[in-house]
Amino acid sequence: MPRRKAAPEVNAGSMADIAFLLLIFFLVTTTIETDAGLDRMLPPIEPPDTDVVIKQKNIFTVNINKNGQLLVEDNLMELKDLRKAAIAFLENNADGSCTFCKGKKDQSSSDNPTKAIISLKNDRETKYSTYITVQNELVGAYNDLRNREAQRLYNRDFTKMEAEYLNPETPSAIRDELKDKVKRIQDMFPQKLSEAETSTN
Amino acid sequence: MAKFTKKKDGDLPAVSTASLPDIVFMLLFFFMTVTTMKDSSLMVENTLPNATEVKKLEKKDRVIYIYVGKPTQEYQKVFGSEPKIQLNDKFANVDEVGSFILAERAKKPQELQNVLTTALKVDKNANMGLITDIKQELRKVNALKVNYTTYEGDAFNNLQ
Repeated sequence: MPRRKAAPEVNAGSMADIAFLLLIFFLVTTTIETDAGLDRMLPPIEPPDTDVVIKQKNIFTVNINKNGQLLVEDNLMELKDLRKAAIAFLENNADGSCTFCKGKKDQSSSDNPTKAIISLKNDRETKYSTYITVQNELVGAYNDLRNREAQRLYNRDFTKMEAEYLNPETPSAIRDELKDKVKRIQDMFPQKLSEAETSTN
Repeated sequence: MAKFTKKKDGDLPAVSTASLPDIVFMLLFFFMTVTTMKDSSLMVENTLPNATEVKKLEKKDRVIYIYVGKPTQEYQKVFGSEPKIQLNDKFANVDEVGSFILAERAKKPQELQNVLTTALKVDKNANMGLITDIKQELRKVNALKVNYTTYEGDAFNNLQ
């Protein structure tokens, strides 16, 4: 009886080549990127049931016209001065109830940070880049104030704390601890940025 | 004749490459797992503005993308050069945004449907009129969380 031949071994020498080919394909197509941007909440479409009366002095109006010029509280303003003006308005503290504010207590400006509202209006022909710059400055004003208080209370920046809190890789024990701190700072300077309907003229 | 021939001195043994496929496979699997294929090709110009106060968009499965911008060169003959909205792979009008958001929301798992973010990737030369209309549509379908996607950089560069 003739002995059966063993099955011939498959030559695996080219396996590395095949793997390299695949590797290079995936290397080329990979994009490891996370998008970043400005987070905003839109107001709900149904109006609130009760009309809230807001004092004019608690509203900080910012108007952008179609040429990208700013009208802040009825005065023309350069974009680079906006952040400072917004900070001054937010922590003005006219009624003295805010213990950590360093504002001027100007009676014609906002009562305290929880009442201060920034109202942003833009023209239909405003350029998107201008709008984003203004948004960036206003969010920056809030962040500057929050960072200052976070530095005083916890010796670190609010923006870093918030980023760590929102990062899903942070262990939950640390996240729970951060949650209270982040909440506390947010309550000190609540972000009240209202965007009214766009003016058409 | 000696039974054991002595090895010649100074002859380097060849490096074994037997584990090379393993190493390559390891790398391959790494890249295979982190790769995300682009699901729609851009049909609009999309140079995002710069901003400094940005937050990262974590968890891609919770994001719906809306692109706005001028149609690229090859589409300009058909669609003109005014900024248009791109949803998935086609151009759309403002009134289609609402139904698009609802359709995308229905595709997501139940537990994610309330935490979705709409990422607006808008070209920096677009006008606010279109964006305001989109925002109005988003409010109608109660998709209130938006993210104006930007590059990280000095915001004042936008003005040039």
